[in-house]
Amino acid sequence: MENNNSSNLVEIKSVDKWFGELQALDNVSLNVPSGKVMVIIGPSGSGKSTLLRCINYLETPTNGQVWFNGEKMSGDQKELNRHRAEIGMVFQSFNLYAHLTILQNITLALKVVKKLDEKEAETLAMEQLKRVGIADKADKMPAQISGGQQQRAAIARALAMRPKLMLFDEPTSALDPEMIKEVLDVMMMLAKEGITMIIVTHEMGFARAAADEVIFMDHGRIVERNTPDGLFNNPASDRTKLFLSQILHK
Amino acid sequence: MIAEDSLTPAQKIALRQSRRQRLRTRLATFPWWLVIVGLIIGATLWLITKSPTYSEAFATIRTGMVVTLVITLISYTISLLIGLFTGLGRVSSNIVSQNIATLYVEVMRGIPMLVSIFFIALVLVPGIIEMLSFLGSKFTEAGLTGIGASLANMNTKSISMSVRAVIALSLTYGAYSAEIFRAGIQSVPVGQMEAARSQGMSYGQAMRNVVLPQAIRNVLPAIGNDFISMLKDSSLVSILAVRDITQIARLYAGHSFRYPEAYTTLSVMYLTMTMLLSLLVKLLERRLANNGK
Ligand SMILES: Nc1ncnc2c1ncn2[C@@H]1O[C@H](COP(=O)(O)OP(=O)(O)O)[C@@H](O)[C@H]1O
Ligand SMILES: [Mg+2]
Repeated sequence: MENNNSSNLVEIKSVDKWFGELQALDNVSLNVPSGKVMVIIGPSGSGKSTLLRCINYLETPTNGQVWFNGEKMSGDQKELNRHRAEIGMVFQSFNLYAHLTILQNITLALKVVKKLDEKEAETLAMEQLKRVGIADKADKMPAQISGGQQQRAAIARALAMRPKLMLFDEPTSALDPEMIKEVLDVMMMLAKEGITMIIVTHEMGFARAAADEVIFMDHGRIVERNTPDGLFNNPASDRTKLFLSQILHK
Repeated sequence: MIAEDSLTPAQKIALRQSRRQRLRTRLATFPWWLVIVGLIIGATLWLITKSPTYSEAFATIRTGMVVTLVITLISYTISLLIGLFTGLGRVSSNIVSQNIATLYVEVMRGIPMLVSIFFIALVLVPGIIEMLSFLGSKFTEAGLTGIGASLANMNTKSISMSVRAVIALSLTYGAYSAEIFRAGIQSVPVGQMEAARSQGMSYGQAMRNVVLPQAIRNVLPAIGNDFISMLKDSSLVSILAVRDITQIARLYAGHSFRYPEAYTTLSVMYLTMTMLLSLLVKLLERRLANNGK
């Protein structure tokens, strides 16, 4: 039962998640091969965020297992913190540490979790800020920069930990339209570099261009999984068709 | 300034009206009460310098100032520590610490401060001392003479009323500041904790490095106001015969029968200190508000 295929960085095995009487995930199984970009789409409330959060155990699955990098995730806090340090997460609302500068936002976990000294941490942090194009904002507070810049800082914060996996939960949904592109550009760059990513998004153009596979979720289940071309051009299920027609005609 | 000559008559009228309007709102929002407080304080100061009975009252009461300030400062510091840990207990997901913290807060808040000071100083502290010395005698019987003897030698009288007053004030105020810290922690968006946990920080690391710094900044004015309340409530320790300014004023009034001198001076002393302190808190509040921008 508990074998796992080592070419998969993430394996989700029959995961259920209940919030009281509400079932947010219903027997979800999914494997994510190393180096692949998976995009998850689906209507609001279909369990996309919950699925992402079950991967780094911000939510504990009610039933089923999550395997990461060949190890089974469990409730053990030490193990969990070790795994989480290798899984970067980017949130819809950025969640930058509001009391710290952009630079300090990135160095904090490097110092506290990875035990780097101040100098090493700052060097790494500046590297990542350059990578996402906001090195000049290092000494600003989060509230002093635009939403797009904040989200790029959040991506830099995750990248600085040298994660094996990046999770994105609707990273552009809280952004003004003119800032969406700068964030998607950074994500596209990461996709090309071969970082394993799982991305929840409503940006269908980005999904087409960046994804190796697209997953459609509805009512806590994975309804369909295919290449972007297959899923967008020839959706197998009526629910996928309906969802795509609704989102494309908005 | 606009040169008034260059204006049309209509503009002149409008200008005059808007000036009158501004004057009216300034008069309406001017803190007249503060002027009156200033006058009261000034008048009392004048009495203290001019009237021999007032200056005697002040010279006497002033000797309790050190006790009042020291008790307030120590109790306040301890109560902040108790409050911080209790506040953390209140928001903890650990059922045991959550319940212990809630029990403590609810019990302290359900008892009038005067009564809990009596209870803590005259029942709780002696009770704990008795228990310790009982344990000491058991240790001695069991052959642990070193620790046994030192515990057995503890007696209630060795704990002075000032120390008991500090314990009592710290415990009562600890419960109040716990609620302030709890509110502060809960005012920090959950996304902050989640982001920190998602990076691999433990709950404690995330609390210390991410949540608490923001929580404390949010409640600094409330914590400052607590100090002012503590300064006033420290007067309650006079019922334990601790010689703070209130107790000394009471004693002075008691045998000199100069009630107006004793209690006017005492009141104005508290009022002066609290007014100055609340001014400080207001400045702090304004600075924090400006920093947030
Ligand atoms: N912490 C929670 N407590 C209770 N219900 C939740 C919680 N998180 C999510 N849910 C519910 O679970 C369902 C799936 O939510 P979510 O995973 O956020 O969906 P999506 O991200 O696809 O919009 C929704 O009905 C939502 O209301
Ligand atoms: Mg969501």
